[in-house]
Amino acid sequence: MKRLKRRTLSEANLAATDRFDVVVVGAGLAGTAASYLLAKAGLSVLCVERGEDPGTKNVMGGILYRQPTEKILPGWWKDAPVERPIVEERIWLVTPDSMVQGGFRSARYGEEPYNAFSVLRVKFDKWFADQAVGAGAVLVTDTVVEDVLRENGRIVGVTTGREQGDVHGDIVIAADGVNSLLSKKAGLHPELAPHQVALVTKEIINMSREKIEDRFLLNANEGATIEVFGDSTMGMLGYGFIYTNRDSLSIGVGALLSDLIKKKINPNVLMEHFKSHPMVKRLLEGGEAKEYMAHLIPEGGAASMPPVYRQGMLVVGDAAGLSNPIYREGSNLALMSAKFAAQVCVEAHERGDFSAEMLSRYQTLLDESFIMDDLRGYSKTSSFFQGKPQFLERYPEILVDALHEFLTVDNVPKRAKQRRILRQVLSRRAPWELARDAVGALRALT
Amino acid sequence: MHIVVSIKQVPDTSEVRIDPRTNTMIRSGVPSIINPDDVHALEEAIRLKEQFGGRVTVVTMGPAQARDALRETISYGADEAILCSDRRFAGADTLATSYALWKAILKIGEAEPVDLLLCGRQALDGDTGQVPPGLATRLGWPQLTSVFKIEELELSARRIVVHRAVEGGEEIVCSRLPCVITCTREINIPRYPSFPNMVRAARYQPTTWDKTDLGIDDDSQIGLRGSPTIVSKVWAPGPRKRGATVLIDGSDPEAAASQLVRLLMHEPLLEVEVASAGDKHD
Repeated sequence: MKRLKRRTLSEANLAATDRFDVVVVGAGLAGTAASYLLAKAGLSVLCVERGEDPGTKNVMGGILYRQPTEKILPGWWKDAPVERPIVEERIWLVTPDSMVQGGFRSARYGEEPYNAFSVLRVKFDKWFADQAVGAGAVLVTDTVVEDVLRENGRIVGVTTGREQGDVHGDIVIAADGVNSLLSKKAGLHPELAPHQVALVTKEIINMSREKIEDRFLLNANEGATIEVFGDSTMGMLGYGFIYTNRDSLSIGVGALLSDLIKKKINPNVLMEHFKSHPMVKRLLEGGEAKEYMAHLIPEGGAASMPPVYRQGMLVVGDAAGLSNPIYREGSNLALMSAKFAAQVCVEAHERGDFSAEMLSRYQTLLDESFIMDDLRGYSKTSSFFQGKPQFLERYPEILVDALHEFLTVDNVPKRAKQRRILRQVLSRRAPWELARDAVGALRALT
Repeated sequence: MHIVVSIKQVPDTSEVRIDPRTNTMIRSGVPSIINPDDVHALEEAIRLKEQFGGRVTVVTMGPAQARDALRETISYGADEAILCSDRRFAGADTLATSYALWKAILKIGEAEPVDLLLCGRQALDGDTGQVPPGLATRLGWPQLTSVFKIEELELSARRIVVHRAVEGGEEIVCSRLPCVITCTREINIPRYPSFPNMVRAARYQPTTWDKTDLGIDDDSQIGLRGSPTIVSKVWAPGPRKRGATVLIDGSDPEAAASQLVRLLMHEPLLEVEVASAGDKHD
């Protein structure tokens, strides 16, 4: 982004306590990235965070990607507090007593410049926010933004929960996460429906480095991820995950909120169910639970996205519903949306035009990028799999029983075995059902 | 009026754990806060400034991370915050700390004479309450400790009247200015900082003074060398022994009462406890 000649307005704003070029609400990945880029471009930026420090209220599974983050901060991983570079990604399909696994491991991922890192947000976000402050952004923590500030129906800033709490900004960036209070106040979207969000609970479990490296078959300081489908969610749409940090594990499980409601399953019960699975339990043995957290994840894809701009306001990251859970993407979408938003703010600032028309350029940038393409795809995926529990209940069982039959050595001729397996499969799912599901799933995933 | 507030950054003891092997506090990863009593001293200083005009300067001695605590004092309304930081200050006990802070207060006073030094009564981590009296002694100012109310302040007459908490009651004392006052938590309820002050604090860069800035050229009074205190042992008290539980059947109140009296009178362990408790607290 090219450096701006500071306009007189900006100059006055540099000392003011109630007037900024841009007010960013929320110091998560999107909010901090936008603050950093805007400050670097010479705009006066205020970032307001409700947590005591950036990161204390922020939750994600725990994997941050190298390349998208470099779009904001080149070479970030050399200085940032990261946990382990991920060299292996495993996928498990589990039934109560069995598991089918697949995965990919590459030594290439263990070398610079790496592909992805496990991170702990409490450490990472504080560091990230320090970069924004170093670039000139003003970060006010421990402060809740309660509403947008309006003048003659126009959004001109925000109101915080402190005395003399009004603060003006030409543009407000709502980066206040899923269930964004601010975009609701701005009339951009209604309450999220239970089928549009997943509820994820997560624990950080302390464990020695050696134990982690032994259990996950890792070289020193290398990391692995495991995503667990099937019985891990008690058949609900979602999955469980285990990620390795330096000396702890991040373990979590999430399911569609509407499924949890329908099945009347408490998220803690789901978490305990996942942790007590024989294959999972073994990995956690001897660990000490240190932190417990829960979070909503936007699940609707493009179809559930609110309008992401209006006069005087842009919506980024989770607040805009930017998440692609099946590919474990969210942080990268947040960062890219912040980059687009910052770019549009700089252009708007140059022209002194903060109208909806000017800011609609942000929507255009999202549309032209991979983000909207992926999220339209995700809408399709998400709506296809909703209400089809067979994919996470019946099919894993059929597959496990087939493999069990196939790999059990009992002096039955192979040909007879194959026939027996086919009979078993067809007795549990009619051929036309199988064909319909196979074609549907293929369409939904591609 | 020029008020100086001396503060300390301490580990948040609500999150402190004790290492069971070494019996020392595990400080790593424990967030730091402004010592709670010091926040009350700061609040009182800001209230006096609002009432009488003038300015509030905050000073502390500590490592670079104490800048966060100083920045926070700006959010309450302090005008200036100064960090005394030098590698040579490390390992200071209360004597050496009061020496460095004394030098800083003298330097602050050169720019504008100090009318009042406010401190918290004691720190959450060390609990000694020795630095403010040390400062008073070095400054040659009267010291009013454990103050829970400032009754009146007459700037023209250079006098202040305060209420001190003393064992078994309170004391109303009058002193000349300048003086040193240490505040208890009862003195006020600290404010929720206003938004403009939060922004000022976020932008604020505390002034840093090292030992040269303070005009200290003799290292024998500062840091570890200037600290005669030796901590020989720190330990966590062991768990209390549980006494026996006697259940009295209450169906017949009269019999129960006489059983209780009999127990209280004749149970030797109870007698010992009562007697020793009486001895200690006399």
